[in-house]
Amino acid sequence: MAKEWPLWEVFIRSKQGLNHKHVGSLRAADSQMALENARDVYTRRSEGISIWVVESNSVHANDPADADAYFEPSDTKIYRHPTFYDVPDGVKHM
Amino acid sequence: MKNLSNEELEKRFQEKIDKDIKIEPNDWMPDAYRKSLIRQISQHAHSEVVGMLPEGNWITRAPNLRRKAVLLAKVQDEAGHGLYLYSACETLGANREQTIDDMHEGKAKYSSIFNYPAVTWADMGAVGWLVDGAAIMNQVALCRTSYGPYARAMVKICKEESFHQRQGYEILTTLCRGTPQQKAMAQDALNRFWWPSLMMFGPSDAESPNSEQSIRWKIKRFTNDELRQQFVDASVPQADILGLTIPDNNLKWNEERQHYDFGEINWDEFWQVLEGNGPCNKERINARKAAKENGEWVRNAALAFAEKRALRKTA
Repeated sequence: MAKEWPLWEVFIRSKQGLNHKHVGSLRAADSQMALENARDVYTRRSEGISIWVVESNSVHANDPADADAYFEPSDTKIYRHPTFYDVPDGVKHM
Repeated sequence: MKNLSNEELEKRFQEKIDKDIKIEPNDWMPDAYRKSLIRQISQHAHSEVVGMLPEGNWITRAPNLRRKAVLLAKVQDEAGHGLYLYSACETLGANREQTIDDMHEGKAKYSSIFNYPAVTWADMGAVGWLVDGAAIMNQVALCRTSYGPYARAMVKICKEESFHQRQGYEILTTLCRGTPQQKAMAQDALNRFWWPSLMMFGPSDAESPNSEQSIRWKIKRFTNDELRQQFVDASVPQADILGLTIPDNNLKWNEERQHYDFGEINWDEFWQVLEGNGPCNKERINARKAAKENGEWVRNAALAFAEKRALRKTA
Protein backbone atom coordinates (compact mmCIF):
# COMPACT_ATOMS: atom_id res chain seq x y z
CA MET A 1 0.00 0.00 0.00
CA ALA A 2 1.26 3.49 -0.85
CA LYS A 3 2.46 5.73 1.96
CA GLU A 4 -0.45 7.67 3.45
CA TRP A 5 -0.76 11.34 4.25
CA PRO A 6 -0.39 11.98 7.98
CA LEU A 7 -3.44 12.53 10.21
CA TRP A 8 -4.05 16.00 11.68
CA GLU A 9 -6.29 17.14 14.52
CA VAL A 10 -8.23 20.33 13.84
CA PHE A 11 -8.99 23.04 16.42
CA ILE A 12 -11.20 26.03 15.67
CA ARG A 13 -11.77 29.36 17.39
CA SER A 14 -15.36 30.21 16.59
CA LYS A 15 -15.04 33.87 17.52
CA GLN A 16 -12.70 36.37 19.12
CA GLY A 17 -12.63 35.83 22.89
CA LEU A 18 -13.23 32.06 22.84
CA ASN A 19 -10.63 29.30 22.94
CA HIS A 20 -9.84 26.92 20.12
CA LYS A 21 -11.88 23.75 20.34
CA HIS A 22 -11.24 20.33 18.84
CA VAL A 23 -13.64 19.70 15.94
CA GLY A 24 -12.27 16.63 14.20
CA SER A 25 -9.43 15.37 12.10
CA LEU A 26 -8.32 15.01 8.50
CA ARG A 27 -5.43 13.76 6.40
CA ALA A 28 -3.09 16.09 4.53
CA ALA A 29 0.43 15.97 3.11
CA ASP A 30 1.64 18.98 5.13
CA SER A 31 0.46 21.66 7.55
CA GLN A 32 -0.49 24.12 4.81
CA MET A 33 -2.73 21.58 3.09
CA ALA A 34 -4.14 20.56 6.47
CA LEU A 35 -5.08 24.18 7.18
CA GLU A 36 -6.69 24.69 3.78
CA ASN A 37 -8.61 21.42 4.00
CA ALA A 38 -9.72 22.26 7.53
CA ARG A 39 -11.03 25.60 6.27
CA ASP A 40 -12.92 23.88 3.45
CA VAL A 41 -14.36 21.09 5.57
CA TYR A 42 -14.88 22.54 9.03
CA THR A 43 -15.71 26.22 8.39
CA ARG A 44 -18.12 26.20 5.45
CA ARG A 45 -20.80 27.97 7.50
CA SER A 46 -18.90 30.66 9.41
CA GLU A 47 -17.91 28.25 12.20
CA GLY A 48 -14.50 29.81 12.69
CA ILE A 49 -12.10 32.72 12.44
CA SER A 50 -8.93 30.88 13.39
CA ILE A 51 -7.69 27.31 12.83
CA TRP A 52 -4.96 25.25 14.49
CA VAL A 53 -3.85 21.94 13.04
CA VAL A 54 -1.67 19.54 15.04
CA GLU A 55 -0.27 16.25 13.76
CA SER A 56 -2.20 13.54 15.58
CA ASN A 57 0.92 11.64 16.61
CA SER A 58 2.03 14.73 18.57
CA VAL A 59 -0.96 14.42 20.89
CA HIS A 60 -0.24 12.63 24.18
CA ALA A 61 -3.04 11.51 26.44
CA ASN A 62 -3.62 9.76 29.74
CA ASP A 63 -4.85 6.18 29.70
CA PRO A 64 -8.65 6.12 30.03
CA ALA A 65 -8.45 2.70 31.70
CA ASP A 66 -6.76 4.40 34.69
CA ALA A 67 -8.97 7.47 34.65
CA ASP A 68 -10.63 6.76 38.04
CA ALA A 69 -7.34 6.68 39.93
CA TYR A 70 -5.81 9.39 37.79
CA PHE A 71 -8.52 11.93 38.59
CA GLU A 72 -9.24 10.71 42.12
CA PRO A 73 -7.60 13.75 43.83
CA SER A 74 -10.13 16.09 42.26
CA ASP A 75 -13.08 14.09 43.57
CA THR A 76 -11.88 13.73 47.17
CA LYS A 77 -10.83 17.30 47.94
CA ILE A 78 -14.26 18.81 48.25
CA TYR A 79 -12.86 21.68 50.37
CA ARG A 80 -11.69 23.17 47.07
CA HIS A 81 -15.28 24.21 46.38
CA PRO A 82 -16.89 27.29 47.96
CA THR A 83 -19.99 25.30 48.96
CA PHE A 84 -17.81 23.35 51.47
CA TYR A 85 -17.73 26.35 53.83
CA ASP A 86 -20.48 27.53 56.20
CA VAL A 87 -21.01 31.25 56.27
CA PRO A 88 -23.40 32.95 58.75
CA ASP A 89 -26.75 34.07 57.36
CA GLY A 90 -26.80 37.67 56.27
CA VAL A 91 -23.23 37.77 54.98
CA LYS A 92 -23.29 39.49 51.62
CA HIS A 93 -20.94 39.73 48.61
CA MET A 94 -19.22 36.39 49.37
CA MET B 1 -8.86 -1.99 36.03
CA LYS B 2 -6.20 -3.48 33.77
CA ASN B 3 -6.36 -6.89 35.43
CA LEU B 4 -10.10 -7.35 34.99
CA SER B 5 -11.44 -10.37 33.16
CA ASN B 6 -13.16 -9.95 29.82
CA GLU B 7 -16.55 -10.72 31.36
CA GLU B 8 -16.07 -8.06 34.00
CA LEU B 9 -14.94 -5.53 31.38
CA GLU B 10 -17.96 -6.34 29.23
CA LYS B 11 -20.27 -5.99 32.21
CA ARG B 12 -18.83 -2.54 33.01
CA PHE B 13 -19.05 -1.58 29.35
CA GLN B 14 -22.75 -2.48 29.19
CA GLU B 15 -23.36 -0.58 32.45
CA LYS B 16 -21.85 2.54 30.87
CA ILE B 17 -24.04 2.08 27.79
CA ASP B 18 -27.14 1.60 29.96
CA LYS B 19 -26.35 4.83 31.81
CA ASP B 20 -26.01 6.65 28.46
CA ILE B 21 -22.33 7.36 29.04
CA LYS B 22 -20.66 7.76 25.65
CA ILE B 23 -17.82 5.48 24.62
CA GLU B 24 -14.68 7.34 23.48
CA PRO B 25 -11.87 6.12 21.19
CA ASN B 26 -9.35 4.78 23.71
CA ASP B 27 -11.92 3.30 26.11
CA TRP B 28 -12.15 -0.45 26.44
CA MET B 29 -14.83 -1.90 24.17
CA PRO B 30 -15.77 -5.44 23.07
CA ASP B 31 -14.20 -6.44 19.75
CA ALA B 32 -17.64 -7.06 18.28
CA TYR B 33 -18.74 -3.51 19.19
CA ARG B 34 -15.65 -2.11 17.46
CA LYS B 35 -16.20 -4.31 14.41
CA SER B 36 -19.86 -3.46 14.21
CA LEU B 37 -19.11 0.27 14.36
CA ILE B 38 -16.34 0.09 11.77
CA ARG B 39 -18.73 -1.72 9.44
CA GLN B 40 -21.59 0.72 10.00
CA ILE B 41 -19.55 3.95 9.97
CA SER B 42 -17.45 3.00 6.95
CA GLN B 43 -20.57 2.02 5.00
CA HIS B 44 -22.11 5.30 5.99
CA ALA B 45 -18.97 7.12 4.77
CA HIS B 46 -18.98 5.21 1.47
CA SER B 47 -22.64 6.17 1.00
CA GLU B 48 -21.83 9.87 1.38
CA VAL B 49 -19.05 9.61 -1.20
CA VAL B 50 -20.90 7.44 -3.73
CA GLY B 51 -23.93 9.68 -3.16
CA MET B 52 -22.04 12.51 -4.86
CA LEU B 53 -22.06 10.64 -8.19
CA PRO B 54 -25.72 10.83 -9.25
CA GLU B 55 -25.80 14.52 -8.33
CA GLY B 56 -22.41 15.32 -9.84
CA ASN B 57 -23.99 14.30 -13.13
CA TRP B 58 -26.39 17.27 -12.88
CA ILE B 59 -23.98 20.05 -11.84
CA THR B 60 -23.24 20.95 -15.46
CA ARG B 61 -26.89 20.49 -16.41
CA ALA B 62 -28.63 22.48 -13.68
CA PRO B 63 -31.32 24.75 -15.19
CA ASN B 64 -29.87 27.99 -13.84
CA LEU B 65 -26.97 29.47 -11.92
CA ARG B 66 -28.77 29.45 -8.56
CA ARG B 67 -29.59 25.76 -8.86
CA LYS B 68 -26.05 25.04 -9.96
CA ALA B 69 -24.47 26.88 -7.01
CA VAL B 70 -26.82 25.08 -4.61
CA LEU B 71 -26.05 21.67 -6.09
CA LEU B 72 -22.32 22.33 -5.90
CA ALA B 73 -22.65 23.31 -2.25
CA LYS B 74 -24.67 20.18 -1.51
CA VAL B 75 -22.17 17.87 -3.21
CA GLN B 76 -19.33 19.61 -1.37
CA ASP B 77 -21.16 18.99 1.92
CA GLU B 78 -21.40 15.31 1.08
CA ALA B 79 -17.66 15.10 0.51
CA GLY B 80 -17.24 16.69 3.94
CA HIS B 81 -19.68 14.23 5.50
CA GLY B 82 -17.70 11.35 4.04
CA LEU B 83 -14.58 12.83 5.61
CA TYR B 84 -16.12 13.23 9.10
CA LEU B 85 -17.22 9.61 8.96
CA TYR B 86 -13.91 8.20 7.71
CA SER B 87 -12.22 10.15 10.52
CA ALA B 88 -14.63 8.67 13.07
CA CYS B 89 -13.85 5.25 11.63
CA GLU B 90 -10.11 5.85 12.00
CA THR B 91 -10.53 6.55 15.73
CA LEU B 92 -11.51 2.87 16.02
CA GLY B 93 -8.21 1.79 14.53
CA ALA B 94 -9.57 1.14 11.04
CA ASN B 95 -7.32 1.99 8.10
CA ARG B 96 -9.14 4.51 5.92
CA GLU B 97 -7.66 3.37 2.62
CA GLN B 98 -8.38 -0.26 3.50
CA THR B 99 -12.05 0.50 4.17
CA ILE B 100 -12.23 2.26 0.79
CA ASP B 101 -10.55 -0.68 -0.96
CA ASP B 102 -13.03 -3.00 0.75
CA MET B 103 -15.85 -1.09 -0.93
CA HIS B 104 -14.08 -1.21 -4.30
CA GLU B 105 -13.69 -4.98 -3.94
CA GLY B 106 -17.34 -5.43 -3.00
CA LYS B 107 -16.55 -6.45 0.60
CA ALA B 108 -18.20 -3.33 2.06
CA LYS B 109 -21.56 -1.93 1.06
CA TYR B 110 -22.91 1.55 0.54
CA SER B 111 -26.53 2.67 0.48
CA SER B 112 -28.33 0.80 -2.31
CA ILE B 113 -30.25 3.95 -3.30
CA PHE B 114 -27.22 5.30 -5.19
CA ASN B 115 -27.36 2.39 -7.59
CA TYR B 116 -30.41 3.96 -9.19
CA PRO B 117 -29.83 6.46 -12.01
CA ALA B 118 -30.80 10.15 -11.83
CA VAL B 119 -32.16 10.63 -15.33
CA THR B 120 -34.11 13.89 -15.17
CA TRP B 121 -33.75 17.20 -13.36
CA ALA B 122 -36.78 16.27 -11.25
CA ASP B 123 -34.66 13.42 -9.87
CA MET B 124 -32.50 16.04 -8.14
CA GLY B 125 -35.66 17.18 -6.40
CA ALA B 126 -36.72 13.65 -5.47
CA VAL B 127 -33.24 12.79 -4.24
CA GLY B 128 -33.14 15.86 -1.99
CA TRP B 129 -36.66 15.43 -0.68
CA LEU B 130 -36.80 11.63 -0.26
CA VAL B 131 -33.24 10.30 -0.21
CA ASP B 132 -31.86 13.07 1.97
CA GLY B 133 -35.09 13.02 3.95
CA ALA B 134 -34.67 9.31 4.68
CA ALA B 135 -30.99 9.83 5.48
CA ILE B 136 -31.82 12.67 7.89
CA MET B 137 -34.40 10.53 9.68
CA ASN B 138 -31.77 7.89 10.18
CA GLN B 139 -29.07 10.38 11.11
CA VAL B 140 -31.11 12.35 13.62
CA ALA B 141 -31.62 9.06 15.46
CA LEU B 142 -27.87 8.42 15.29
CA CYS B 143 -27.00 11.74 16.98
CA ARG B 144 -27.57 9.83 20.23
CA THR B 145 -25.54 6.76 19.25
CA SER B 146 -23.27 5.42 21.99
CA TYR B 147 -19.90 6.02 20.27
CA GLY B 148 -18.80 9.62 20.87
CA PRO B 149 -16.99 10.41 17.59
CA TYR B 150 -19.85 8.92 15.54
CA ALA B 151 -22.46 10.88 17.49
CA ARG B 152 -20.50 14.14 17.08
CA ALA B 153 -20.11 13.56 13.35
CA MET B 154 -23.86 12.97 13.11
CA VAL B 155 -24.70 16.20 14.93
CA LYS B 156 -22.57 18.16 12.48
CA ILE B 157 -23.95 16.29 9.48
CA CYS B 158 -27.57 16.83 10.56
CA LYS B 159 -27.00 20.56 10.92
CA GLU B 160 -25.67 20.71 7.37
CA GLU B 161 -28.17 18.30 5.82
CA SER B 162 -31.26 20.26 6.71
CA PHE B 163 -30.82 22.47 3.66
CA HIS B 164 -30.39 19.44 1.40
CA GLN B 165 -33.91 18.21 1.91
CA ARG B 166 -35.46 21.66 1.62
CA GLN B 167 -33.68 22.45 -1.63
CA GLY B 168 -34.95 19.17 -3.12
CA TYR B 169 -38.48 19.92 -2.04
CA GLU B 170 -38.15 23.39 -3.52
CA ILE B 171 -37.12 21.93 -6.89
CA LEU B 172 -40.24 19.76 -6.87
CA THR B 173 -42.48 22.62 -5.72
CA THR B 174 -41.28 24.67 -8.69
CA LEU B 175 -41.88 21.81 -11.12
CA CYS B 176 -45.32 21.05 -9.66
CA ARG B 177 -46.39 24.66 -10.12
CA GLY B 178 -45.05 24.67 -13.69
CA THR B 179 -46.37 23.23 -16.93
CA PRO B 180 -48.22 19.87 -17.02
CA GLN B 181 -45.06 18.34 -18.50
CA GLN B 182 -42.98 19.62 -15.58
CA LYS B 183 -45.45 18.26 -13.08
CA ALA B 184 -45.46 14.91 -14.88
CA MET B 185 -41.67 14.91 -14.62
CA ALA B 186 -41.95 15.42 -10.84
CA GLN B 187 -44.50 12.58 -10.56
CA ASP B 188 -42.25 10.31 -12.59
CA ALA B 189 -39.31 11.02 -10.27
CA LEU B 190 -41.48 10.24 -7.23
CA ASN B 191 -42.65 7.00 -8.87
CA ARG B 192 -39.07 5.85 -9.35
CA PHE B 193 -37.59 7.03 -6.03
CA TRP B 194 -40.37 6.22 -3.55
CA TRP B 195 -39.78 2.51 -3.07
CA PRO B 196 -35.97 2.64 -3.19
CA SER B 197 -36.18 5.39 -0.52
CA LEU B 198 -38.19 3.08 1.76
CA MET B 199 -35.54 0.42 1.18
CA MET B 200 -32.87 2.81 2.50
CA PHE B 201 -33.88 1.91 6.06
CA GLY B 202 -32.63 -1.61 5.45
CA PRO B 203 -34.26 -5.01 5.79
CA SER B 204 -37.32 -5.46 8.00
CA ASP B 205 -36.58 -6.02 11.69
CA ALA B 206 -37.27 -9.73 11.33
CA GLU B 207 -34.60 -9.97 8.61
CA SER B 208 -32.03 -7.71 10.24
CA PRO B 209 -29.51 -9.90 12.06
CA ASN B 210 -27.35 -7.10 13.49
CA SER B 211 -30.22 -5.02 14.76
CA GLU B 212 -30.85 -6.52 18.18
CA GLN B 213 -27.25 -6.32 19.37
CA SER B 214 -26.89 -2.82 17.89
CA ILE B 215 -29.92 -1.68 19.88
CA ARG B 216 -28.54 -3.22 23.08
CA TRP B 217 -25.25 -1.38 22.53
CA LYS B 218 -27.20 1.75 21.59
CA ILE B 219 -25.35 2.00 18.29
CA LYS B 220 -28.83 2.13 16.81
CA ARG B 221 -31.55 3.85 18.82
CA PHE B 222 -34.50 2.85 16.62
CA THR B 223 -35.15 -0.22 14.50
CA ASN B 224 -35.28 -0.14 10.69
CA ASP B 225 -39.05 -0.56 10.66
CA GLU B 226 -39.63 2.18 13.24
CA LEU B 227 -37.64 4.67 11.19
CA ARG B 228 -39.30 3.58 7.95
CA GLN B 229 -42.73 4.18 9.50
CA GLN B 230 -41.65 7.63 10.71
CA PHE B 231 -40.48 8.44 7.19
CA VAL B 232 -43.75 7.36 5.57
CA ASP B 233 -45.77 9.34 8.13
CA ALA B 234 -43.72 12.46 7.45
CA SER B 235 -43.68 12.13 3.65
CA VAL B 236 -47.36 11.54 2.86
CA PRO B 237 -48.56 15.06 3.82
CA GLN B 238 -45.54 16.54 2.00
CA ALA B 239 -46.56 14.71 -1.20
CA ASP B 240 -50.11 16.03 -0.75
CA ILE B 241 -48.89 19.61 -0.63
CA LEU B 242 -46.98 19.06 -3.88
CA GLY B 243 -50.13 17.53 -5.40
CA LEU B 244 -48.23 14.33 -6.20
CA THR B 245 -49.42 10.76 -5.72
CA ILE B 246 -47.31 8.25 -3.83
CA PRO B 247 -47.11 5.08 -5.98
CA ASP B 248 -48.63 2.70 -3.41
CA ASN B 249 -52.27 1.51 -3.63
CA ASN B 250 -52.12 0.17 -0.08
CA LEU B 251 -51.13 3.49 1.45
CA LYS B 252 -53.84 4.41 3.95
CA TRP B 253 -54.13 6.26 7.26
CA ASN B 254 -54.72 3.81 10.10
CA GLU B 255 -56.76 5.58 12.78
CA GLU B 256 -56.13 2.89 15.36
CA ARG B 257 -52.34 2.83 14.95
CA GLN B 258 -52.15 6.57 14.28
CA HIS B 259 -49.77 5.74 11.44
CA TYR B 260 -49.99 5.17 7.70
CA ASP B 261 -50.24 1.58 6.55
CA PHE B 262 -48.25 0.94 3.42
CA GLY B 263 -47.68 -1.83 0.88
CA GLU B 264 -45.08 -4.57 0.92
CA ILE B 265 -41.59 -3.60 -0.23
CA ASN B 266 -40.15 -5.61 -3.10
CA TRP B 267 -37.42 -7.26 -1.02
CA ASP B 268 -36.17 -9.28 -3.93
CA GLU B 269 -35.25 -6.03 -5.67
CA PHE B 270 -33.59 -4.80 -2.44
CA TRP B 271 -31.36 -7.87 -2.15
CA GLN B 272 -30.61 -7.86 -5.88
CA VAL B 273 -29.38 -4.26 -5.79
CA LEU B 274 -27.42 -4.90 -2.59
CA GLU B 275 -25.73 -7.90 -4.20
CA GLY B 276 -24.51 -5.71 -7.04
CA ASN B 277 -27.20 -6.20 -9.66
CA GLY B 278 -28.83 -2.77 -9.56
CA PRO B 279 -28.93 -0.48 -12.61
CA CYS B 280 -25.75 1.46 -11.71
CA ASN B 281 -23.66 -0.69 -9.32
CA LYS B 282 -20.83 -1.27 -11.78
CA GLU B 283 -20.79 2.32 -12.97
CA ARG B 284 -20.57 3.65 -9.39
CA ILE B 285 -17.75 1.36 -8.30
CA ASN B 286 -15.82 1.99 -11.51
CA ALA B 287 -16.12 5.75 -10.99
CA ARG B 288 -14.83 5.45 -7.40
CA LYS B 289 -11.94 3.18 -8.44
CA ALA B 290 -10.98 5.52 -11.28
CA ALA B 291 -11.00 8.48 -8.87
CA LYS B 292 -8.65 6.70 -6.50
CA GLU B 293 -6.32 5.36 -9.20
CA ASN B 294 -6.17 8.53 -11.28
CA GLY B 295 -5.51 10.62 -8.19
CA GLU B 296 -2.72 8.48 -6.87
CA TRP B 297 0.11 10.38 -8.59
CA VAL B 298 -1.27 13.64 -7.16
CA ARG B 299 -1.29 12.27 -3.62
CA ASN B 300 2.25 10.91 -4.04
CA ALA B 301 3.50 14.19 -5.51
CA ALA B 302 1.98 16.17 -2.62
CA LEU B 303 3.71 13.91 -0.14
CA ALA B 304 7.07 14.13 -1.96
CA PHE B 305 6.76 17.92 -2.06
CA ALA B 306 5.98 18.07 1.66
CA GLU B 307 8.97 15.86 2.46
CA LYS B 308 11.28 17.98 0.31
CA ARG B 309 10.12 21.16 1.99
CA ALA B 310 10.56 19.65 5.45
CA LEU B 311 14.11 18.63 4.54
CA ARG B 312 14.91 22.15 3.35
CA LYS B 313 13.71 23.58 6.64
CA THR B 314 15.97 21.31 8.71
CA ALA B 315 18.99 21.79 6.39
